[in-house]
Amino acid sequence: MPKDGGIGASTKRREDVRFLTGAGNYTDDINIRGQAHVHFLRSDVAHATINAVDTAAAKDMPGVIRIFTGADFEGVGGLPCGWQVTDRHGQPMQEPGHPVIARGKIRHVGEIVAAVVAETPEQARDAAEAIALDLAELPAVVDMKAALADGATKVHDDLTGNLCYDWGFVEENREAVNEAFTKAAHVTTLELVNQRLVANPMEPRVAVGDYNRGTGDHTLYTTSQNPHVIRLLMGAFVLGIPEHKLRVVAPDVGGGFGSKIFHYAEEAFCTFAAKACNRPVKWTSSRSEAFMSDAHGRDHVTKIELALDAQNNFTALRTETYANMGAYLSTFAPSVPTWLHGTLMAGNYKTPLIYVNVKAVFTNTVPVDAYRGAGRPEATYQLERVIDKAARELGVDPIALRRQNFVTEFPYATPVAVQYDTGDYVATMDKLEQLADLAGFPARRRESESKGLLRGLGVNCYIEACGIAPSNLVGQLGARAGLYESATVRVNATGGLVVMTGSHSHGQGHETAFPQVIAEMIGIDADMIEIVHGDTANTPMGMGTYGSRSIAVGGSAMVRATEKIISKAKKIAAHLMEASEADIELKDGAFGVAGTDKSVAWGDVCLAAYVPHNYPLDDIEPGLEETAFYDPSNFTYPAGAYACEVEVDPETGKVRIVDFTAVDDFGNVINPMIVSGQVHGGLAQGIGQALLESCVYDENGQLLSASYMDYAMPRADDLPFYKVDHSCVTPCTHNPLGVKGCGEAGAIGSPPAVVNAVVDALQSGGKAVTHIDMPLSPSRVWAAMQV
Amino acid sequence: MTKVAMTVNGTTRSGEVEGRTLLVHFLRDQLGLTGTHVGCDTSQCGACVVHVDGMPVKACTMFAIEADGREVATIEGQANADGSLNTIQQAFQDHHGLQCGFCTPGMVMSAAALLKENPRPSETEVREYLEGNICRCTGYHNIVKAILAASGQDVGAIAAE
Ligand code: FES
Ligand code: FES
Repeated sequence: MPKDGGIGASTKRREDVRFLTGAGNYTDDINIRGQAHVHFLRSDVAHATINAVDTAAAKDMPGVIRIFTGADFEGVGGLPCGWQVTDRHGQPMQEPGHPVIARGKIRHVGEIVAAVVAETPEQARDAAEAIALDLAELPAVVDMKAALADGATKVHDDLTGNLCYDWGFVEENREAVNEAFTKAAHVTTLELVNQRLVANPMEPRVAVGDYNRGTGDHTLYTTSQNPHVIRLLMGAFVLGIPEHKLRVVAPDVGGGFGSKIFHYAEEAFCTFAAKACNRPVKWTSSRSEAFMSDAHGRDHVTKIELALDAQNNFTALRTETYANMGAYLSTFAPSVPTWLHGTLMAGNYKTPLIYVNVKAVFTNTVPVDAYRGAGRPEATYQLERVIDKAARELGVDPIALRRQNFVTEFPYATPVAVQYDTGDYVATMDKLEQLADLAGFPARRRESESKGLLRGLGVNCYIEACGIAPSNLVGQLGARAGLYESATVRVNATGGLVVMTGSHSHGQGHETAFPQVIAEMIGIDADMIEIVHGDTANTPMGMGTYGSRSIAVGGSAMVRATEKIISKAKKIAAHLMEASEADIELKDGAFGVAGTDKSVAWGDVCLAAYVPHNYPLDDIEPGLEETAFYDPSNFTYPAGAYACEVEVDPETGKVRIVDFTAVDDFGNVINPMIVSGQVHGGLAQGIGQALLESCVYDENGQLLSASYMDYAMPRADDLPFYKVDHSCVTPCTHNPLGVKGCGEAGAIGSPPAVVNAVVDALQSGGKAVTHIDMPLSPSRVWAAMQV
Repeated sequence: MTKVAMTVNGTTRSGEVEGRTLLVHFLRDQLGLTGTHVGCDTSQCGACVVHVDGMPVKACTMFAIEADGREVATIEGQANADGSLNTIQQAFQDHHGLQCGFCTPGMVMSAAALLKENPRPSETEVREYLEGNICRCTGYHNIVKAILAASGQDVGAIAAE
């Protein structure tokens, strides 16, 4: 049994009390005395030359303080891209400039053309409406293949065409893979679309810039998953503000899912304008603005081929993917279709030869970047769909085909450059079969059929690379940042601890889970530990939260810092008890001397560190505060097996999820309640992608899904209760906690499960349907049944 | 500018508003009651749900002047008199019915309205009642459980985990 409040306990979340009483402090709740408000005038056309921006009428409107256009940002840096990809031929990707406010040209709907700073948000909006734009509209490119055709309109005149990069991985394997296909006993081919999504955290983005004339200090309050990264990118690359003069604060953040990792124009603008106007400047995004200014996710068009031998062993895998970058390169965009996608193409299987080709394309659409899972959902979806199709073509059981090809020996070096340290995919699948009662499926199918409904079962596996790091590896792959994490543990004089971390919580429950780890290490009550995060002024340099890295990387940094604390405290305890340091043991919050009944409490040692009257000052400094930076040696590899059962109404094509079971191996689990909650949320986003969500542009680059009226968000009655299990545990071997990460699993594993289930249902109804592209809306499913 | 006055969480509050000022902005910006959130501009998300004269209302669909002279209840007034969480709030904490907490005030206010109308709702009735509230974090699993638990039902028998 876990110790109360320690590792493995489902401790209730302490942050909930403030959220449940309306006492949270989200960025939009922050108002600074004297603040002005900005309204951004955004383009409603996708592609145009800007002839003139006439602000004459607007600038005299009530409350207007100043109007900014692209000209005001001459000499200011553009938004930087944090990841460089090298193409198949060793050439760097094409990297266009990304202005804070459009200059000369507009390249997507929603791009900022002008910004009005006024006394109130309403006055700013009224004045923005009075700005006259003289635009010469240009043809837009939206479809990726059309964008690559000869003579296509160029998104950026100064680049050679619209291809950002043509990436081959592993390029040296290309010929061997092609040859394996010529020798295959069976080849399954599938073409599919992983549609564009919008992350849609419920809190829209907000930025408040503040500037202190007296000290020259800038402060930015922003809805960010990683305030230090924003400070680095905005300070160093956009505005040229030295880091010690720039503080970035991300207080309570209402969800991110990736979309709040990136550095956005609005943050740079508010910081810049606060100084230019000598007023705090605040921007609060509307939801419609969020649809056209938050980075979008996914948007791949793929052809995947799987080669099998006569015994149904996978012999080779080949993919060709077109990945939409949108009009500019968002912060981490180039890494998503390449390193976060290609390296996961082996999945849970020992396919010996894999070749991944990715063509990244510029179009006149909003930039695309990481969204929950980032690259791994795209990899899993293709792989698990093509395996399912292969099983059906070969007439074999889809689970048996997977089991036959599972990786069973660890560590396992994949042909796509990563090494899985631990896993047990057989045990996970066994658990799934039992928990989801797969043996009972035929009876449930008959029951559905008796009601006139088609029931389908979809099963799939996934693996992901989490704990995004290590720095030296990501550096080789093109990252322009290190991906360690940091923690400072400050012990107070009476034994309470404050932990300052570079990880950032935007719903993950860090304030509860992190203290559980430290409480367990010291043997004290978790309530004695406070977590500080989200403020560059109060925390050591950190890299933030995304890619399920908080506990694996940030938690490990805390463990290292706490180990340093314990080691120093043992020295102090040894002195206090006149014992040898080697004999000191820390147990249940007290230091004892081995083999004696002498002991001194944790709090007394802490007090001695700060009241060093009887203290070996020659040997030990007073105080008890330590910092650690942790950079892991590998990614972590959570994996799982999911089962979905659906009922399809053959009259309408409506799909209802009737059962969903997720079995995950996350390594050791700190707080099972929080981990299950993370899986639930991921499942809802993955099922949302499979059934409902789609970001749609028309052929002119007009965004058709720009509000909750036309982008279908999953609601409570679209979803079932889920069965989730994380009792299959193979601890990670290379971090001190043995943890792997759980934040993205549900979003990665669920889309193929749903689509596999719907295809199964239609086939059981005698329809020769092998694939339907997501979202599986009633009209698409109904249309598929008509052939 | 027009003067408005209303009872908010039992106290009379007044202010000056423009005709176009929404109730949600009056509560947040003038009264400093920032627990009521704005998650959309099309009245779809329910982050702004408050009660007006005891009925659940999306505070982004009502002008502040329409609430003149009426009783408004917000998340800030929901806890017990001694400051402890009320039954619904406590059930949300016990069943992990929130993550980022942004949708949460609207969820709690909707749940309170549901349980007043229907003290022992079924799972289906809870899900249908939440049609106007979006949560992006929890997948609803634990929100539905929390509301069932707040109604005094044994959630262990209804849903696992
Ligand atoms: S803000 Fe009122 S419904 Fe979304
Ligand atoms: S808890 Fe984050 S939106 Fe519901």
